[in-house]
Amino acid sequence: MATIGIIGAGKVGTAIARLAIAAGDEVLVVASPGAQYFEQIVALTVPGARAATLGEVADAAELTILAVPFGKVDTVSLNRFNDAIVVDASNHWEPVDGIPAILHGADPGLSSSELVQRLHPGVRLVKSLNHLGYHDMDTDGAPAGAANRRAVAVAGDHAAANSTVAAFLDRIGFDAVDLGALAAGAVLQPGEQIFGRFVQREELAALAAGRELAA
Amino acid sequence: MELGVYSFGSLARDPQSGELVSSAQATRNLLEAIRVADEVGLDYFGIGEHHTPEMPASAAATILAAAASVTENITLASAVTVLSTDDPVRVFQQFATVDALSNGRAEITAGRGSSTDSFPLFGYSLGDYDKLYAEKLDLLLAINANQNVTWSGSTRPALHDAPVVPRPDAGSLPIWLGTGGNPSSSVRAGLLGLPVSYGIIGGAPARFAPLTELYRNTARANGMAEADIKVSVGSPGFIGEDGKTARDDFWPHWHNTMGVIGSQRGFAAPARLSYDRDASGTGALFVGSPEEIAERIVALHGALGHMRHFFQMDFGDMPQAQLLRSIELLGTRVKPLVDEALAEAAGQPTGA
Repeated sequence: MATIGIIGAGKVGTAIARLAIAAGDEVLVVASPGAQYFEQIVALTVPGARAATLGEVADAAELTILAVPFGKVDTVSLNRFNDAIVVDASNHWEPVDGIPAILHGADPGLSSSELVQRLHPGVRLVKSLNHLGYHDMDTDGAPAGAANRRAVAVAGDHAAANSTVAAFLDRIGFDAVDLGALAAGAVLQPGEQIFGRFVQREELAALAAGRELAA
Repeated sequence: MELGVYSFGSLARDPQSGELVSSAQATRNLLEAIRVADEVGLDYFGIGEHHTPEMPASAAATILAAAASVTENITLASAVTVLSTDDPVRVFQQFATVDALSNGRAEITAGRGSSTDSFPLFGYSLGDYDKLYAEKLDLLLAINANQNVTWSGSTRPALHDAPVVPRPDAGSLPIWLGTGGNPSSSVRAGLLGLPVSYGIIGGAPARFAPLTELYRNTARANGMAEADIKVSVGSPGFIGEDGKTARDDFWPHWHNTMGVIGSQRGFAAPARLSYDRDASGTGALFVGSPEEIAERIVALHGALGHMRHFFQMDFGDMPQAQLLRSIELLGTRVKPLVDEALAEAAGQPTGA
């Protein structure tokens, strides 16, 4: 059993938290600033999890899921998360998010997660769980070895962090595919073939590799 | 239980010419759909404000005002009003006018909306998304509570004892909070003392049960009267004479719409396999025969306790005749089955 931190109790954060609880992990959920009735939210939408502060998560979590909208990743203070494993589950969806502040003056060649990493340089950032919808998280998890098990990618610059996240994915019901460096996670973004598509391990790896070969 | 329809005014394809109808014709089609929904005994018709060439229902209250004159009983609502980019004073005036013309049948569902086309159109910044929504909802509720309004905020000029008219005969308009399922929105509805409307477009709708409980708990803790604590659900749906035909008929329209939205938002259109899964059993798409849909509504009612369920049917160029037939089946076939099943369930002794 591991301790998992979830920052953001929205649709994505609560879905991942439920999977982690079902896998037997201890789950700490951190509210958005100003959230009301937060303990009630956690008790009802993630039974078994506990409402916590960022500091508690920084002290206790093996890995932490950053489950806030891309436009708000700059509002979360991760000062206490130096060297911590942080999963970036956000996406930049321009039709919905517009051009948030984090993109102002940003190098257009960088993926959204690389921008998040630059914003929070101390954390070991892993891009994962961004390319499937929160509805799918609730329904598509399957036991290891299941014939129809969905695959989820990890991409990050720290091999050990990628492995930890991969093991977490396996526990919560998905085959993990390690794409290597954080920059390689660009193939997981909206508009790419992997995004929003039900893929299994081989197909995910092939789609990711195909993009790299073509580039 | 109330049943109904909602629409974004999607353009229909004319089966004769093979062409899409004009946006003006789509507006007239929408009025016809509301009239038919009323005639077949449905309880609710909602128009979801959109501003795209494919979904041109940008002025919901204007269409509803026309509908007020040609319908008798049906509730005329927005589903949703994109409140963040509108002026709450104008929204209230328009819907209070619909309410007057319809003898008290107007409702507003205030929400963020899933698309953001209205932000650049009306000169708002997406960066102010949260603040705009919170302030404008606050103002709308203040106007609904009192004819003369004193209010100040940062997103709109202040009002000092300003009369906002006309006033609804019932004293106020029903205002619902629309949400796609973010837990904090259910809390917000309870804290504001509003009924809540869930737009459930994917996954398993019964998974919203914890959110309805969250809403009800918050509402009770906030002192809302039981009668005012209400939940409604909006879903994609389509009804045909038999289940297989309904799913086959609806599929190209669903695939087409999801393809267009997917290309804008960067995800792949759904495969038939996942569609068939979503369109049956516990899935989010209420596509099937009258018997199947009635059974699924009743089953979901057991999980969510919602008092109203309404369906968006006119996806992806659906011909008008197909839409009208589905509306007719919802009123004439599904509704009696749902009423019967719920009456039977209510008549059973507790614990049976």
